[in-house]
Amino acid sequence: MSDLRELYQQLILDHNKNPRNFRVLDPADRFAEGYNPLCGDKVEVYLQLHGDRIKDIGFQGSGCAISKASASLMTETIKGKTLGESETFFKDFQAMLTDPSSNLGLDQMGKLFAFAGVRDYPTRIKCATLSWHALRAAIENVQTPITTER
Amino acid sequence: MSSPLDILTLQPPEPAAHPAPPFDVRRVRADFPILGQQVQGQPLVYLDNGATAQKPRAVIDALSHYYTDQNANVHRGVHHLSQIATDAYEAARRKVATFINAASDREIIFVRGTTEGINLIAQTFGREQIGEGDEIIISEMEHHSNIVPWWMLCREKGAKLRVIPMNDRGELCMDTYQTLFSSRTKLVSIIHISNVLGTVNPVREMVQIAHAHGVPVHIDGAQAVPHQRVDMRDLGCAFYTFSGHKMFAPTGIGVLYGSETYLDAMPPYQGGGSMIQNVDFDNITYGNLPNKFEAGTPNIAGSIGLGAAIDYLNSIDFNGAAKYEANLLEYAHDVLRGVPDLKLLGTAECKVGVLSFILADIHPHDVGTILDQAGVAVRAGHHCAQPVMKHYDIPAATRASLSFYNTREDIDALVSGLHSVRKIFG
Repeated sequence: MSDLRELYQQLILDHNKNPRNFRVLDPADRFAEGYNPLCGDKVEVYLQLHGDRIKDIGFQGSGCAISKASASLMTETIKGKTLGESETFFKDFQAMLTDPSSNLGLDQMGKLFAFAGVRDYPTRIKCATLSWHALRAAIENVQTPITTER
Repeated sequence: MSSPLDILTLQPPEPAAHPAPPFDVRRVRADFPILGQQVQGQPLVYLDNGATAQKPRAVIDALSHYYTDQNANVHRGVHHLSQIATDAYEAARRKVATFINAASDREIIFVRGTTEGINLIAQTFGREQIGEGDEIIISEMEHHSNIVPWWMLCREKGAKLRVIPMNDRGELCMDTYQTLFSSRTKLVSIIHISNVLGTVNPVREMVQIAHAHGVPVHIDGAQAVPHQRVDMRDLGCAFYTFSGHKMFAPTGIGVLYGSETYLDAMPPYQGGGSMIQNVDFDNITYGNLPNKFEAGTPNIAGSIGLGAAIDYLNSIDFNGAAKYEANLLEYAHDVLRGVPDLKLLGTAECKVGVLSFILADIHPHDVGTILDQAGVAVRAGHHCAQPVMKHYDIPAATRASLSFYNTREDIDALVSGLHSVRKIFG
């Protein structure tokens, strides 16, 4: 079960149980919904902006421990960051999970590095990236729910 | 070209000359090569039979034999191989007809699977017989494949779906069923065995009730055929659909049974080769049953594989297998009830080996991933039955679904995996 401890690290289990910023922002400057039709995971991301800086972020939804913890840690990471910085985190996070040649480590990724182990569980990568896709959709002001399927 | 089998009408099956030896799970397991493999360094415990069943050696060999020695197109050539392939294809149809006790092999239409079978009925019988204001009765526990084709038809025609509710045990409310009929009811389409709950619906009684109102019935038998004998002449339904791959045959082959009276009156499904008698630009006449519904080159290998699966089921004492499975289900219920915070969905009086559950507030995907690390394959998700999930107010469930090759050791591995899940999630 050592592999599983890698996937279900204490940090992930903690954020699953006590998700941070798990709330609706009203009013929100930006909002988007993410949906994974294969498994039914749902996430809603709310943003308040100040210029190009993310002043506040909240999320709601239902899903597995990986998707919930990922959304929670995403909100912690990007709160106060600029839109450009959050896009960089999006790309790095995606690369960490899907690009075998990626050597992004704790230094660059911070707490998000807890999800590095998801790379070994291909069926679960979409759980970890769903909230990030929703964030990007919120930033781009996409009105229809986005999905992890094309 | 009409089939030489058009004149053939089947007699009820005769008792086998060599009755199958009593069911023996050890011997049966040895027939399924995949069951010997390891997953994540552990022996495979395959409990996802509701999604698809594993294939016995006899089915794998039949496919190999067909492609190695018999491959040709059917109903077309005059050459040697074409005749052999045609004979094998039509022999498979006769095996299906006998297996489900159809009145004639003309009533057996080969399709891709249950989904295509239901779409065929909706697009032919449905589009012709169902109009504005008409009603179709389905149930709350249907698989999406027995909801969406009817919903699409209703949208097109301005017809309405009436839904039989179920209780929390996962049993249909038969009293309400009786009240759903009106003069506008044109079809009842109902799942035989629920893929989420394992409930065996009283389909024979439901057909009789529908007939009392003059309404034909389609039964989605995808989950029934792998678990029990079905008998078309006893059920008396107009249509019955099932998939090969859930009954140990290949994917991509399935069966639409239709009573000849209905099939004869229905327009064709797809147009193309094989389904015609005569084509000129002014007039086209369609072929006889079953060809009328089988446009294009069919899944010949798949049909032969399905025939081989039926031969296999006939060789293992299928009734004994069903009894064994019922016993295993009882054991699984008992031990799963001992897992703290586990809630079983589907506790119908009459059910087969499907065990859907939720474990505390742990998401089924996490349960499924952790079980996989123990070599245990289950399904996690909404099981293509979102209305059932809504009934229990849950987004998803974990499902272990049994087959006759599963053992008590498999159930024990599941339970031990569930204890690991609880440990990890504290």
